[in-house]
Amino acid sequence: MSEPRETVAMESLTGQRQPGVAAGRLAAITAGETVATETHAELAGVDAVVEIRGFNLWYGTKQALFDISMRIPRGQVTALVGPSGCGKSTLLRSINRINDLVGNVRTSGDILLNGESIQGRHVDVIELRKRMGMVFQKPNPFPMTIFENVVYPLRIDGVRDRTVLEEVCERSLRAAALWEEVRDRLDDSAMSLSGGQQQRLCIARAIAAEPAVLLMDEPCSALDPIATNKIEELMERLRGEFTIVIVTHNMQQAARTSDFTAFMYLGRLIEYGPTATIFQRPHLPETLDYVTGRFG
Amino acid sequence: MSAESVVPTRRRLRARSSLLARGEPMIWLTGGSILAAMGMIVALLALLVVEGLSALWPRDVIRLRVAGGRTFMGEVTRRETTRGPDGRLRRQTLLRTGNFELTQEHFTWVADEDVESTDRPEWAMVFERVAWGRFYGFPVSFSAPEDGEVSEPGAIWAAICRHLPAVAARRDRRRRIETVEAGELSRRIERARLAVRSAELKSGAGSERYREAVARLEQVEREGAREFAQLRAAIDSLDARNAQYILRLRTADDHEVTLKLADVVRAYPANRLSHAERWRLYAARWREFLAAPPREANSEGGVFPAIFGTVVMTLLMSLAVVPVGVMAALYLREYARPGPWVSVIRISINNLAGVPSIVFGVFGLGFFCYLIGARIDELFFAARLPNPTLGKGGVLWASLTLALLTLPVVIVATEEALAAVPNSMREGSFACGASKWQTIRRIVLPRALPGILTGMILAMARGAGEVAPLMLVGAVKLAPALPVDRSPPFVHPERSFMHLGFHIFDLGFQSQNSEAAKPMVFTTALLLVTIIAVLNLLAVMVRNRLRRKYMSDVF
Repeated sequence: MSEPRETVAMESLTGQRQPGVAAGRLAAITAGETVATETHAELAGVDAVVEIRGFNLWYGTKQALFDISMRIPRGQVTALVGPSGCGKSTLLRSINRINDLVGNVRTSGDILLNGESIQGRHVDVIELRKRMGMVFQKPNPFPMTIFENVVYPLRIDGVRDRTVLEEVCERSLRAAALWEEVRDRLDDSAMSLSGGQQQRLCIARAIAAEPAVLLMDEPCSALDPIATNKIEELMERLRGEFTIVIVTHNMQQAARTSDFTAFMYLGRLIEYGPTATIFQRPHLPETLDYVTGRFG
Repeated sequence: MSAESVVPTRRRLRARSSLLARGEPMIWLTGGSILAAMGMIVALLALLVVEGLSALWPRDVIRLRVAGGRTFMGEVTRRETTRGPDGRLRRQTLLRTGNFELTQEHFTWVADEDVESTDRPEWAMVFERVAWGRFYGFPVSFSAPEDGEVSEPGAIWAAICRHLPAVAARRDRRRRIETVEAGELSRRIERARLAVRSAELKSGAGSERYREAVARLEQVEREGAREFAQLRAAIDSLDARNAQYILRLRTADDHEVTLKLADVVRAYPANRLSHAERWRLYAARWREFLAAPPREANSEGGVFPAIFGTVVMTLLMSLAVVPVGVMAALYLREYARPGPWVSVIRISINNLAGVPSIVFGVFGLGFFCYLIGARIDELFFAARLPNPTLGKGGVLWASLTLALLTLPVVIVATEEALAAVPNSMREGSFACGASKWQTIRRIVLPRALPGILTGMILAMARGAGEVAPLMLVGAVKLAPALPVDRSPPFVHPERSFMHLGFHIFDLGFQSQNSEAAKPMVFTTALLLVTIIAVLNLLAVMVRNRLRRKYMSDVF
């Protein structure tokens, strides 16, 4: 069950590095203690699409997320960063409850979408997922044509009207900056596309049903720099239209693309604030160590 | 230190490493195994191809005069060296001499040392007959109502060629009247009789319905008797017409024999044939083999009913096994929560694949025929009892038995195909808001289809070649009617059927005239292997097309 919840007294440390203290907090976490999140004041009054409240998650008996609370602002790009295994993908996958598919998962706490709880048995998970788009680490186009891939979310809703489907397909592919490349071969297999194109196709598919939130789980880690660049440009264009939550290992990418950054470590949310602040003057020395590459 | 000890020579390096560490022996061992396996398979196929293709080739007819004044004439079947009772090696020749009604033998062994002279008479003719096997002899005369009697061999041969097609057509017409039309008539009477019986069962023997049915039966029987008489008259007139074409022949040992042309299927002067004529004859025999029903206890004629039965049974089996197998695999892989129960079920299924097929045959006979079939008979075909309808072997029960037999193959192959579908695809579909079934139907199944087809191919190959269980649940030596034909309701799942595999067994080991059946064994085996190969090839082509469509992943 839950680990003993002891909050480590936090000193107000801004900017300067105080040797020993940073290591002390991480050591406390490693020892299994829970630390309070350093949430910046800028996030206090934002219009949150997703609000996570005291969220814990266990895989079997192993706890993967510890008391996460964060507000994801509407129409902005929020990046989750942290070393491997820190739970950022798990957190992302909890937002559309795709983690339910992994057997033996338990949660406590709450996640709200537009003020409504999405946890618990009574929630229609399928309806929930229809309001979220998700892009995975590895491009996962379906074994069908490009056209059918894009309109898949509509197909499963039972939409048959060809004009509607064609319109959605074109709009999504244009939004995903793929239209010009594939407009003449929509009926080809999606498997014939290159890796970067496949990933943009997956983005087009994720936004086809006009979701409230677009969740991206390391969308560029399997791509070369040119394809990565295209995806980042695409995120820039989608900003404002969609709320984007992106998990990334790439600090530069987080710094370039996001408005807010959350730093996680061993299942705890350590610091959450505007990207510029996190990367230049984080409140906690551990965050500074991580974003400057001193550990992790 | 000398230079030699610092830099070891090549020889010394090799000597120090162990034999197994070097690897070449393993290449030889593994390569040798594949070579041995391939060698045996190639040898088997070569035997089938050579024997199968040469069996129908028209050979020369030779005449042997042996010591003691006897003469034998026929086709050389094979030669053999044996050790006689005195310990000397003797070469002997097996001659297909035919003329069974005279000699009571189809084949004769002739010792080479007894042979005084050998020749190939120009006008030695071979007659393939409807009954009694082949006849070898010299033409003496031929009389036909159109052009009288001829006695010169060339003229006789020309006359046979001219008249045989028409005579054969009349013979076929007669057979059709006998089987199809008379059969249809007796089925009609049988139906009326069954109506009487079921009226008796349902409403009692004194009821209004029963009396009506009896009256109807009497009427049908009267009409039937009249129609039978008509058919009989038609047959008689065809017979009378055909009886006018008379061949007189002389055998090699100077017996005069009269043969009706109506009994002759094919006739040719074997030693006078040109190459083109030989090939035409060869092609005609293959046509007959593939398209005609068997004659002479299956040792002559064709195997069409067996081909048809094999294909129908294999298709029915696939229809039954694929949906069930795929559903079962879907449940095991997609729905069931992994645990000890699923493992137990999976192990049981794998073990099922190792159960001897005859056990499935016994089960099929007991469960399908005697339990299910007998219950269906009681419920729906009560009027026909005690004659079983579905309560005996038939193509339906045979298909279901083989479906059971091949179920593990399909389940295992499908499970593997499902396991090979990347989880990222399922997650992608779920993330779009698809339900479990939508994900399975739209993503998982299409992607797994090539693998599922592989399972189907394996099942078909296994099922089409299976014989042992079929002997219990419906395969017969000679089926009177095909399981699918033109008489309503067109598909007759209760009928027993012929099967190529069983046909091979029957020809090779149950035939009275096993020498004559032997070439047919090879030809039939070749055909069965070819059919299975073609079925597999088709399925492989379909699978590869699907694989290209779904699997050209760039990663």
